[in-house]
Amino acid sequence: MRVRVDPEKCQGHNRCYSLAPELFDVDDLGYASAKGDGVVPTDLEGKAKLAAANCPEYAVIVDDEG
Amino acid sequence: MEPVEDWATDYDIFDPAYCADPGPIWADLRQRCPIAHSDRWGGSYLPTRYDDVGEMARLVPALSSQEFIVVPPVPLVDPDTGQVLRDRPYAPPISSDPPFHTAARRLLLPAFSPQAVAGHEPYTRELAHRLVDAFAGRGRCDGAVEFAQQIPPKVIAHLMGLDENRGEDFIEWVRGVLEFGATDPELRVATGLKMFAFWREEIDKRRFQPTGDFISWLLAQDLDGEPVTDEHAMSTCNLLLIAGIDTTWSSIGSALWHLASHPADRRRLVAEPELLPTAVEELLRVYSPVTMGRLAIEDVTVDGVTIPAGSRVLMNFPAANRDPAQFPDPDTVVIDRAQNRHVAFGIGIHRCAGSNLARMEMQVALSVFLERIPEFELDGDAAVTWCGGQVRGPRRLPLRFAAAS
Repeated sequence: MRVRVDPEKCQGHNRCYSLAPELFDVDDLGYASAKGDGVVPTDLEGKAKLAAANCPEYAVIVDDEG
Repeated sequence: MEPVEDWATDYDIFDPAYCADPGPIWADLRQRCPIAHSDRWGGSYLPTRYDDVGEMARLVPALSSQEFIVVPPVPLVDPDTGQVLRDRPYAPPISSDPPFHTAARRLLLPAFSPQAVAGHEPYTRELAHRLVDAFAGRGRCDGAVEFAQQIPPKVIAHLMGLDENRGEDFIEWVRGVLEFGATDPELRVATGLKMFAFWREEIDKRRFQPTGDFISWLLAQDLDGEPVTDEHAMSTCNLLLIAGIDTTWSSIGSALWHLASHPADRRRLVAEPELLPTAVEELLRVYSPVTMGRLAIEDVTVDGVTIPAGSRVLMNFPAANRDPAQFPDPDTVVIDRAQNRHVAFGIGIHRCAGSNLARMEMQVALSVFLERIPEFELDGDAAVTWCGGQVRGPRRLPLRFAAAS
């Protein structure tokens, strides 16, 4: 599983970072991005899905493949 | 005012029934007239569905932020000179459309990032304890006046570099602009003039001698390649003070009201404090305080309703957050609700710039209150009063509990 953040959609709500700081970073302006290459360790897959399900802008994307 | 007979065609956002419990009114409108219209208070449109509110928030700049309060603006005129200081409220970036909005917002965001906000947490925690110290031994308090209301003015003063002892003035000004002032244009103007004079003095002081605080920092920044002007700094500081106070105070108060009247939720939060961040998002969803205004600068059609150019639209984020199409069992607080795309802080480019600060203040306020006073209840339900319109929350919240020895 991989996560990514669509920078066109992210408005800096910070919901993903507060729910899953292991998977996301925020920049100095508060906009989010996936940490590293976005690969989600198996034990954090639930958190990745939770972050996606709480983004009001639908900016957090979970890819199940790869 | 005449009583409201049909909320779909004649709603009144200042009606006491709407302020106290708008949920049933929104549920009714969502079914039969999801975008309502009323001629009251200058006329406006009121969406109630999650998807409609989201679509409207993205109609930029057709639904412009140049008018962002929920009632028609009044000009700010200097009574001595007759000079028009503002023809309507000017508070970038909340009053701005792109492209200027983008620059005015980027200027502010670093001060409100999660990292920056974390630096204000120790102060907020110490303040919350100090407030509880004052009433813990009494066995009674007004949770709105003595606790919720006291936190945001002092935290925003601390953040900006203002004197936290002016807290009572700040509260009076914010109420004069947003709460009592919403339905009283003369009070709104008189308060606006006081604030204008206050900012002129604060900014002059720092132009003469920078102090290393937020305002001095702001004055040293560039905006679109030009140095920040006094005019811009005043307007943005005014926004931060107003938007940083009434909103968060209302959220903390509503959360305390809920926990006082729902003992099972309160006891669960005391037993499982790790649920607090999730619970805060859920309380923000159900008791969203803020409705923003927009001005249609061209005709727009949303959900089959055409809103003509020149109309005011009320961005009803609180009703969006109670839409059963988005949230199962929407009127119930589920403190561990896992999926919660609430829009209490707005959505799109005008997402509340202070949302990280508000969230921190709520989490710290509730965690300190529950730690110090885990068992409390309403001291007479009838004594609770609610205000609404632009910002909804309890203004009187008598609580009772076992006095600390």
